[in-house]
Amino acid sequence: MDGNRRYAKKKKLKDVMEGHEAGCLALMSIFVYCYELGVKFVTAYAFSIDNFKRRPEEVEKLMDLMMQKIQLLTTIVIRFGVRVHFCGNLQLLNSDVRAAAKKLMEDTCDNSNAVLTICIAYTSTDEIVHAIQQSCEEYYYGDKKCNGTSGSYYKKKKMMVNLVDLETNMYMAMTPCPDILIRTGGEDRLSNFLLWQTPCTHLSVMLSLWPEITLWNLVWAVLDFQRNHPYFQKKKKLLL
Amino acid sequence: MDFKKEVRIVCGWIAYFGDLLLRLLWHLVHVIISLFYFTLGIANALESYLISWGVLKRYRSLHVNKLRYLAIVVESEEAYETSKIIALLQWLADIGVKHVCLYDMEGILKKSKDFILAKVDGAVLYGETHENNKLLDQTHMTLEFASFCDGKEAVAKAANVLFMKYVKSGATDQNQKGHIFTESQMSEALKTIGSGGPEPDLLLVYGPARCHLGFPAWRIRYTEIVHMGPLKSMKYGSLIKAIHKFTRVQQNYGK
Repeated sequence: MDGNRRYAKKKKLKDVMEGHEAGCLALMSIFVYCYELGVKFVTAYAFSIDNFKRRPEEVEKLMDLMMQKIQLLTTIVIRFGVRVHFCGNLQLLNSDVRAAAKKLMEDTCDNSNAVLTICIAYTSTDEIVHAIQQSCEEYYYGDKKCNGTSGSYYKKKKMMVNLVDLETNMYMAMTPCPDILIRTGGEDRLSNFLLWQTPCTHLSVMLSLWPEITLWNLVWAVLDFQRNHPYFQKKKKLLL
Repeated sequence: MDFKKEVRIVCGWIAYFGDLLLRLLWHLVHVIISLFYFTLGIANALESYLISWGVLKRYRSLHVNKLRYLAIVVESEEAYETSKIIALLQWLADIGVKHVCLYDMEGILKKSKDFILAKVDGAVLYGETHENNKLLDQTHMTLEFASFCDGKEAVAKAANVLFMKYVKSGATDQNQKGHIFTESQMSEALKTIGSGGPEPDLLLVYGPARCHLGFPAWRIRYTEIVHMGPLKSMKYGSLIKAIHKFTRVQQNYGK
């Protein structure tokens, strides 16, 4: 969702936060379009761990904006029967945002019409390290619990944290790998987003800034993906 | 009862023909899109010839020193075309690119490694250069060969390296759960198992679609990814254009 600040500059808005507001509205409308199109899983990159490097005032305002939008999102997702999942290192968020996110996840955990995943305080590399950490802890403490022995037993045993363990412990484990990844703003990079989950994903670059995204942009991305659908199916089969 | 049955039959036919019409419309839309891409392909080919002939002034000077590490992802079926790969590498050598990683999902390029190294003038295998190589002062082009197993599987191996270190360190207090590994430790672990190559600045995808095909995830955080089309229709001018565009990119890295 790249381009909120450039949008604010382009439209000569008073404050960059108005660009972010417009970005939030764009996310809601794109999600509704996806829902109408029958797309079951939508994932949005809302806030990267790298974004904490921005000016503290901007970060604080973004956190406040997230709080407001979580409350707005609650009414929409409950109406549509959508499950919301917040992915990322939520410990880096302030306690209010974290509590609101957890509450929304709990309130919607039984919904099944669609899944909206919001990546917040997220980077792929942090996700990978977190998955390794979780897998190692499960192996070590789980093994110790089962065997009732000390770590020295564990040193003798040949252990194996394998790919299945890592996949299970990824933040994004509850959603399948995406078919399409859209980046707005005309940039060609992934910026540490879903690097692990996109080996067979159609990477779509849009010149439009995120708040300017329309249904036609989405339709174009889907049609473009459909052109190469047999190719992607073939690649996915290789990975099975 | 007969009337209701007839209504059901008519509705069924309407639905059938409606569906058929929608499918025809969908195919028509895709034919139009294919024509669009065909036209775009011709325009891009013309532009690349103009670039090659030096007609377009802005591509005459290329600040290739900004491109420290280039990755090329090739669709595995096209990776068998070693003559094309060698030609591409010769172009890159002529442009002045010093460090290239060649990747294909199935490891076809790895199998052709020796042949490619023998045929590309001045090419050496990445890692076989002098010990203190920091990708600077290279007179030769270094080539790295990677495949899908250097991605996720390498991360799993590195995870075990980290785990072993953790267990051996004895720092296994339950109170330390949740904060034992860092990204820099992970990078070190990947280097230990031989999968610690540098992050490419630019990744060129030669294949039917814009997709990184499983290039090691740890290494493409901020890599610019450009789709070049199929390898069989690769053009020198398109290569120049992609590198030129890269040299003009400015990244905020999240700021």
